[in-house]
Amino acid sequence: MGFLDIDSAFKTYGSVEVLHNVNISVGEGEFLVLVGPSGCGKSTLLNMIAGLEDITSGEIRLKGNLMNGVHPSRRNIAMVFQSYALYPNMTVAQNITFGLEMHKVPKAERESAMQEVAELLQIGGLLNRKPAQLSGGQRQRVAMGRALVRKPEVFLFDEPLSNLDAKLRVDMRTEIKKLHQNLGTTIVYVTHDQIEAMTLSTRIAVMNEGHVQQLGTPKEIYDTPANLFVATFMGSPSMNLVPVTISANGEAVCAETSNSFGETVRLAVPEAGSDLRSMSGKTVTLGIRPEALTDKDGADHRSTHVERCASAVGVTEPAGSDTFVTTSFGEAECVARMRADTDASSGAVIEFAFNMEKAVFFDPKSGIRID
Amino acid sequence: MAAMQQESAIRTSNTARVLIYLLLLLFAFFYLLPLFVMGVNSVKPLSEITGGNMMALPEIWTLEPWRKAWSEAQVGVQATGLKPYFWNSIKMVVPAVFISTILGALNGYVLTKWRFRGDTILFGLMLFACFIPFQIVLIPMARVLGIFALAGTTWGLVLVHVVYGIGFTTLYFRNYYAAFPTELVRAAQIDGAGFFQIFWRIMLPSSGPIIVVSVIWQFTNIWNDFLFGASFADFSSQPMTVALNNLVQSSTGVKEYNVHFAGAILAALPTLLVYIVAGRFFVRGLMAGSVKG
Repeated sequence: MGFLDIDSAFKTYGSVEVLHNVNISVGEGEFLVLVGPSGCGKSTLLNMIAGLEDITSGEIRLKGNLMNGVHPSRRNIAMVFQSYALYPNMTVAQNITFGLEMHKVPKAERESAMQEVAELLQIGGLLNRKPAQLSGGQRQRVAMGRALVRKPEVFLFDEPLSNLDAKLRVDMRTEIKKLHQNLGTTIVYVTHDQIEAMTLSTRIAVMNEGHVQQLGTPKEIYDTPANLFVATFMGSPSMNLVPVTISANGEAVCAETSNSFGETVRLAVPEAGSDLRSMSGKTVTLGIRPEALTDKDGADHRSTHVERCASAVGVTEPAGSDTFVTTSFGEAECVARMRADTDASSGAVIEFAFNMEKAVFFDPKSGIRID
Repeated sequence: MAAMQQESAIRTSNTARVLIYLLLLLFAFFYLLPLFVMGVNSVKPLSEITGGNMMALPEIWTLEPWRKAWSEAQVGVQATGLKPYFWNSIKMVVPAVFISTILGALNGYVLTKWRFRGDTILFGLMLFACFIPFQIVLIPMARVLGIFALAGTTWGLVLVHVVYGIGFTTLYFRNYYAAFPTELVRAAQIDGAGFFQIFWRIMLPSSGPIIVVSVIWQFTNIWNDFLFGASFADFSSQPMTVALNNLVQSSTGVKEYNVHFAGAILAALPTLLVYIVAGRFFVRGLMAGSVKG
């Protein structure tokens, strides 16, 4: 039993099922991120935890107490909304203390709690302003202050950074992470931004069409995605998917594909599992991240299984810190992440290096990972 | 070339502007003429009106007609002037406007933030109230007022106007609150505010423009209403409009036009005042939510 348990939760609107059998257990002090494309049910799930939406079947428990049907204000949770939802008619100070006032906390106590939060978030100078007089970043801080002041068991964040400009978003992201480290509170955070999910979370639940596709640490999600959806949704540029034919020959397992000239390329697969072995002679999908597909000098020196092969460069996209180089393997377009000063140029034939330690394989029909 | 075109554009716009202003002044003059006639004739002795020109400025300026219209003129049985009826109207219009606005706000709040099955149909039915002609409800309403023992009282008129006004005020507030972010209500729920706390502390304080619209609309309609006043009020509760009619229509004695003019202005003054004080919010409120930003 965790701190916050979601047990076989279902949600239907009429005949439309938007959440199917969600099981997530969040430990105390964990930072869980729900990530997925729009319409995947992540916000609905968050609202169900908050008590703003009913749960159709299943259970939500907080510290072992059943929360189904409990009013949002009695769940000891706080929520930061995408639009911040600051009360426009109240000052910052009133916004922050409104919840305490509603819970009949004495005035002196409210005042000291507010000062504490204002200091923590550095919004002391804004207390007498109205929300309309604040910038986006300041509103964001006030919204967090309103959540913090009640010292809840669980914080819920509903895409809190999506209304900020790119630079501020990165700054606030760091700040939320710091806040989590300092306060050690349990957080459930909804976003559609996979970078936010990777950087903030201690665990990620990737959702699609109402199903939890995979639940795991950021590293698990990134390195060993459970299926093709997770593989392509997480990571930017997304994982390269190359159709390959598996050939098992005694201990050795090889993945065969072709380069841009149609020449056969054989990539040795280290530590292939029995499931992959049993696919011998069949076509599967090889997934390889752009940073595991480099030029030969850029390959990870700690990796003992780097496979090299030549192929023609399609387009190069210098991005400052890296240069993205496209080519094709098995008639699928692939993106390789190379050093910024790589000598690859459009049309040239260069050696690509596959770091096969990072390669994963998927069943092309079901999309599920094969070990 | 471009500069020349621009210059000619400015010149055309200047001539057009002069034309527009002339036309507007003409219309303004035309519309203000009746007010001028009323004002001028309410401050001259009767002999100047009967013996001379309606348009001329008074030779002897006097406020006597105003005093007479307010406190001495024969309205109904007694020579009380319009004063008691003015207060009747105030006693009717203030609670009627207040109650119908608050109820409209509550309806709008429920219809947008506490949605339930069939809420759109219910709202559609309430909108019907805006299209029912007054005459149709006269007899049923008389029956209802009789049952409630409110016939002939100011509170009876308040009830009638509240019932008739709710359709409009609900329409205003529902449309205003439809654009009001629901996340605010949810945040307040998580903060522990109840149904009425959210209404009083969050919704109403943010509804300034639409409250002004509702108040102006309701005040003007209720103050100017004649039919319900004439049908459902007795002598002790007749509103200003009915009294003005009685004053002007009285068939005995000399027709004191100067007193009539003064009385008519007195009857129009409160709506004028409300419009001048709150009018600039009126258009702003009507447009609220229609354009982003």
